[in-house]
This record gives sequence, structure tokens and C-alpha cells, in this order.
Amino acid sequence: MAKVKMSKKATAVDMTAMCDVAFLLLTFFILTATAKQPEIVPVETPASTVQVKLPDTDLAIITIADGGKVFFGVKAADVRIKTLELIGEEYNLSFTDEEKKRFSLMEEFGVPVNQLNGLIKLSSTDRNKEGVQTGIPHDSLDNQLTVWVKAARNANAEVNEKQLNFAIKGDAKEQYPEIKKIIDILQDQKVNKFNLVTGLRGE
Amino acid sequence: MAQLDTGDSKGGKGGKVRSKKQNSSVDLTAMVDLAFLLITFFMLTTSLSKPQSMDLAMPDKGDKNKPEEDILISEERTLNLVLGPKDELKYYMGQLASPKEGPKDLTYTKESLRKLILDKIQSVPLATRTAAKPNGEPLIVLIKASKESTYKNLVDVLDEMAIGKVKVYAIVDITKEDNQLFGE
Repeated sequence: MAKVKMSKKATAVDMTAMCDVAFLLLTFFILTATAKQPEIVPVETPASTVQVKLPDTDLAIITIADGGKVFFGVKAADVRIKTLELIGEEYNLSFTDEEKKRFSLMEEFGVPVNQLNGLIKLSSTDRNKEGVQTGIPHDSLDNQLTVWVKAARNANAEVNEKQLNFAIKGDAKEQYPEIKKIIDILQDQKVNKFNLVTGLRGE
Repeated sequence: MAQLDTGDSKGGKGGKVRSKKQNSSVDLTAMVDLAFLLITFFMLTTSLSKPQSMDLAMPDKGDKNKPEEDILISEERTLNLVLGPKDELKYYMGQLASPKEGPKDLTYTKESLRKLILDKIQSVPLATRTAAKPNGEPLIVLIKASKESTYKNLVDVLDEMAIGKVKVYAIVDITKEDNQLFGE
């Protein structure tokens, strides 16, 4: 009978390849991660069990927080610039290329149109200070939100040749009539389908 | 040991200077551990940061100049949810003047609201069975949000619609009578 020899196994495993892969993945995730933009106002979205994610493209977000203040933002930077140009035409304002560029970096904003130039001049930290942005007027006297919505839709149709989707991001504590106002403004322009931004419910 | 090898070999033992053999492989275990920990962190944070969204389709308002047509719906099929102030919630079936059931209090919980909806979605098609429609008619939910109700209340109710798979629901304007359910 031949002797069965137990081969001695080395206890140390070569980690080099594993290390390479790990760092490759790490680099990938760090580079693709999008840094969270500072919010103008903290919004606590209500929770829901819906699993559908918010679309990334062709999206405009209307934020309602802080007692009915309304903020508006468009996702794509090129659409933002076009929207600003259309608003400029509407209100006879002119914006320089520098101002347009700075505006295209703003995630969302909430000031009346006549304060827009001043807001663009501010640095991003000053912009997000409390009390700087007072919300876009949206009552029946001066309905600037309607104009913004219209401009954004036209801009998106021109730049991307697609319909713009609207998402409503409301704070959980907002009163229903404030939300209703926004829904009415959208519905007046035949936007009947929109997304409500919600958080995850742990259930 | 404990002596610097300066490299000069004059005098002394006159022997050969041996450079110490270095172990060429480094233990990478700790490094890999750390790398994977970071990977896990980035993976989880990137996928979670994207907010969810709930689709909401509202009926077209139609032409303002045209008079609105009233749509008549069956009393047995309609469940009215009235969202009141301070997270109050009431429901009744049919019309408020002559309700088939209720009005009764509810809470925004699994045991109360969800149970009612799951119950109604079963019972309404059974009650409306006719010879022509052996499967009955589906439940209709009318969501009436009062002025003092919050956005959270609305989303909670809409979420229950999604959970209960209610096909027909609408957010409608609240009436004076509905408001009086909550006093004042």
C-alpha cells in the first residue's frame, strides 16, 4: 500500500489580487457617488412603501417647505440655462454668460424674479443661509411659479425634445391647501401626472 | 543585534557582512478588510440616496368654459375618507346625508385604515354582483382632505391605496358637510 501523503498547505494566502480588485471597486464607487447637495431648506419627506425611484432625467422638482415657501429646480444644467433665458425674455431681464453659468450650478432656488440677479451673485454658502431665499411667489396676484413651470417645459422641449416630468417634494408637516395650490398650478397647464417624492418606510 | 551595521568590515571578526533577507510579501489582510469596508459603505450610500417617488395622476380639469358634468356613482361602491385636523380620519360609505355606514373614526395605522380598505375591496364587489356583472363592481375611494390636514396624511392615505391595490381612487374637494364632521 502506498502511503497517502498529506501535502502541507501554506497558511498565508496571496492577497495582492484581492487587494487590487477591492481598490478598483472602491475607486469606482467613490468616483460615481454623487455628493449630496446642500439643501436650502431641510425637507422631511413623508414615508411610503412605494419602491419606484425618482427618474433622473427630464425632471423638475418643486419643493414646498417651511410654511408654504416654494422652491423650483430643474435637473439638467443645459435646461436650466435655457429656462433662465426664457424667463429673461418674459420679464425683460438680461443675464450675462457668467450669470447663466452660475445659475446652471444652482440645484434649486426660491426668490422672486426681481431678486434673481442678486441671488446669482451670492456665493453658494451665502445662498443657502436662512432667510435669503423667501420662496417663489405663487398666489393669484403674482404667479411667477406658473411662468417658471411654463419656461422649464418649453426649455426641456427645445433642448431634449421630451416632456418634462414634475415632482412635488413636500414637507410632511405642510398643510394640504399649500400642496393643493401647487397641484392646481400644474393642472392649469395640463400637467396631470406628477411624482410625489417620498422617503422609505421601514416596514 | 541591537547594533547598526555600518558596512565597514575593518578589523573585528573580519567575517562577511550578510545582508538580512527581507520577507518580500506583506500581509495585506488588514488593507483588504478596510477596502471592503469602504466599498460596502459607498455601495449602500449611493443606492439609498436616491429618493423614491409616488406617481399621482389627477383627472384633467377640462375646459373651463364648459359646465362640469356630474358623474353619478353608486353609493354602495364609494368609500369616503375624510382627512381632518390633528391626524384625525373618518370614513363613511355612500353619501353623508344618508350614509350606508359610518361616519366612524379611523387612525392611520395598519390595524385600522388598512384593515378597512382590505375589507372593503373584498366586500364591495360581492355586494354589487348582478347577473350582468358576476364579478361585481370595484371599490371607489374618495379622498377628501380638509384644510388643516397635512401633506403627510395625504401621502399616508395614497400609500394605503397602493398597498391595498385600490384601482379607482380620487382626491376630491371637501364639502362643507364633510368639514362639519370635525366639529366647527
